[in-house]
Amino acid sequence: MRPFESLFALVLAFVTGMSVAEERTHEAVLNNGLKLIVQEDHRAPVAVVQIWYKVGSSAEYDGITGVSHALEHMMFKGTEKIPPGQFSEIVAAKGGNENAFTSTDYTAYFQTWAAENVALSFELEADRMRNLLLSPEEFKNEIRVVLEERRLRTDDNPQALLGETARAVAYQTSPYRQPVVGWAADLQAMEIGDLSTWYKRWYAPDNATLIVVGDVDPEAVKALAIEHFGGIPRQNIRPPRSRPEVVQQGTKSVTVVSTKTHVPHLYMGYKTPVLNDVSDVVPEWEIYALDVLMETLDGGPSARLPRRIVREQRIAADAGADYSSATRLSGLFSFHATPSADHSLDDLQKAIIDEIAILQTDPPSESELTRIKTQVVADRIYQRDSMFYQGLIIGTLESVGLDWRLNDEYVEKISNVTPEQVRDVAKKYLVPSSLTVAKLLPGAGE
Amino acid sequence: MKVTKHLFWVLAITFSHFTVAIPEIEHWVTPNGARVYFVAAPEIPIVDIRFVFSAGSARDAQKPGLANLASQLAQEGAGDLDSNEFNEQLAQIGAIFSTGALRDMAWISLRSLSGEQYLEPALGLLQSVLSRPRFDTEPFERRRATALIALKRDKQSPAAITSKAFYKEIYGDHPYATPTTGTQTSVESITLDDVRAFREQFYVANNATLAIVGALDKKQATALARRLSAGLKPGEKPANLPPVLPLQASVEQFIDHPSIQSHVRIGQPGMKRGDADYFPLLVGNHVLGGSGLVSILFDEIREKRGLSYSASSHFSPMAELGPFAASLQTDNSQAAEAIAVMREEIRKFVDKGPTAAALDAAKQNLIGGFPLRISSNSRTVEYLTMIGFYDLPLDYLKTFSSQVAAIRIDDVKTAFKRRLDPDKMVLVVVGKKGSDPKSKP
Repeated sequence: MRPFESLFALVLAFVTGMSVAEERTHEAVLNNGLKLIVQEDHRAPVAVVQIWYKVGSSAEYDGITGVSHALEHMMFKGTEKIPPGQFSEIVAAKGGNENAFTSTDYTAYFQTWAAENVALSFELEADRMRNLLLSPEEFKNEIRVVLEERRLRTDDNPQALLGETARAVAYQTSPYRQPVVGWAADLQAMEIGDLSTWYKRWYAPDNATLIVVGDVDPEAVKALAIEHFGGIPRQNIRPPRSRPEVVQQGTKSVTVVSTKTHVPHLYMGYKTPVLNDVSDVVPEWEIYALDVLMETLDGGPSARLPRRIVREQRIAADAGADYSSATRLSGLFSFHATPSADHSLDDLQKAIIDEIAILQTDPPSESELTRIKTQVVADRIYQRDSMFYQGLIIGTLESVGLDWRLNDEYVEKISNVTPEQVRDVAKKYLVPSSLTVAKLLPGAGE
Repeated sequence: MKVTKHLFWVLAITFSHFTVAIPEIEHWVTPNGARVYFVAAPEIPIVDIRFVFSAGSARDAQKPGLANLASQLAQEGAGDLDSNEFNEQLAQIGAIFSTGALRDMAWISLRSLSGEQYLEPALGLLQSVLSRPRFDTEPFERRRATALIALKRDKQSPAAITSKAFYKEIYGDHPYATPTTGTQTSVESITLDDVRAFREQFYVANNATLAIVGALDKKQATALARRLSAGLKPGEKPANLPPVLPLQASVEQFIDHPSIQSHVRIGQPGMKRGDADYFPLLVGNHVLGGSGLVSILFDEIREKRGLSYSASSHFSPMAELGPFAASLQTDNSQAAEAIAVMREEIRKFVDKGPTAAALDAAKQNLIGGFPLRISSNSRTVEYLTMIGFYDLPLDYLKTFSSQVAAIRIDDVKTAFKRRLDPDKMVLVVVGKKGSDPKSKP
């Protein structure tokens, strides 16, 4: 037998022997509430600047779904100082790589370029934090682009449509039922006034996190942040009202039948808590045990779903699981799988439920857990190869109301999870009463 | 006001100058013929290793999809280990292993922690993949069945349908014409013997490029390269691919598909790696459609008219002429308008070339963005692979910026005129009928 335990101990020793992330990460909060986090990475003379606003589709309500994402598009469309189109030209002329992304919980903007341009990033971002023009003419054009984006990513993509439908069915009261891009009808009816209201309400220093990862001096960056953002007044932003998901009381099912579909697909999602739900009834270890459960099922090609359902039983052509503990509201522990040619979606659903049942009865082996923990430790080190990804983790944690230091504690928390805890969370949460099953089927033709 | 000052500044400077530490590339050939490219990167305790072989789908001969299956089978165990045992051992040391095939090349990659207790077993596993491949019936049949499902799934992707039709039209009988994933009839006909023969012919030392980046010194890298390549048979470098023939006439293909968007691709055979016109075409296309959010196509199609979420053009240089392709996706009802704009802008660009301001901006972006291209180990390993596989000069990275800086408007104009003919383009449109540009005057 391989010496699993000692191997893991070695990994930990190895990690702690290196410079710990915290020594390279610096935090400051400006007087107006803007939080600045700087992580040093001196491998190349470059830096990524990301600004994260704590607003996304989960702050939206019926009629204006997609407004956060539409606003993200308009953030490139000019301020009083920078005419429409100039923002990207300025960044491009300095060799910058830039873009933005919107999720359920946040909207983020970034530039990656020579580290000397951090000041310019700050100048541009500070300007568009409060001075956006939001011209009706530009909006008329841009909302058409957003509709094309929706068609491209969702409407013409059967599996994406299945996911959108599944979430809309799984969540009854949680705003996670709404797609980030928005419902097509809301986008078609959207007006520039919806965006101005949204912009004034959410875009402020006390609702943002500014992150710099790269070849920079943290003190100098802090001085620059004060210089550029310090004058923007606090807006006393109140977080979105909370409308938690009601308790689900039985399995929900939905079928998507489409003539665009040639290959069936299965989605299964169980309601699960996240780090933000930790309380008397949801102890913290449960969240980390759910992470380990996910890795047991889908942590690389040796995990249970690919090994058993794809390779050994050959019921699935592909099979995976998904769970994220860093979201603002509670979420879904989900499965997605494609049946092999001689199996039905029902066979596949049964196979996945059988795998869950096994984990609900027999805890994973110690060696399985050791393998997972080793992978988690290795991944932490591999992460350091990407500045962008390091920023992404910090930004996500901060934007959903968690502390970026959780990332540094992650390895330790995961290493404390026991096999019995993995079994216990499988038993507690992967239950029929909180399940939503969505099936994608080829249509009969027109 | 400060921003306006910057704006002026941007227009006033020619290039943003700053010093970039270009990684020192070490190059040597192993005793049995593998060409090694190494960059030491001591900052993070990891090692990236990538083998590439001229074993992509261009080597499929009569069986499109063969290179892809051969590459996938390398993930299904090696030596004494079956698929489950192999993947379990990789996971125990936190190593990441991948294989894949493109048109020109097939790769085998490993990322491992550099500590000896991880790297040593990881290298052992990689060594057995290279020297003791397995050809088990079960994983082969399973992979083939999954490949057939993937082909079926492509039928629900207008993007995949567009791409396949485009390559078919621009390459005709050339090996680049068929998709890497093959076709249904072809994949059904592939046997385990085909895979075995393919591996024996192409996964050999004289056909291998090995890129290594990580926390190793030259001595360690030398030993590592020698050890890994030792298991490969020397074999022979395969003959060069046949040249790509120019298009004789324009082609328009409309494929009916129940999507609400039409996917549009316009293009031609473009250029090779190491092409004499590489830099003028690279810089010129950056102006036309290559540069993210700032280009003529992006501006005319998305920013001015709101016709598409993405609008871009690319040269994809390959061993032989890789494609030049301009792409967009738009609601079926707007396809004719979008195609007309795209055609017109390509024609205008080939005819007139870039403006001085646009050319300067593109050069600034390429030169200023250069450090991003080599800012991580994973990107460096990709560059090493490219330099090695296509036999580019070792100082490719060092001279990149000065080569870009030297390009003048006339260089772009003459290169585009020489290489692209707007009257002989392939147009592929996938969408619901009604998007036919002929339906509009």
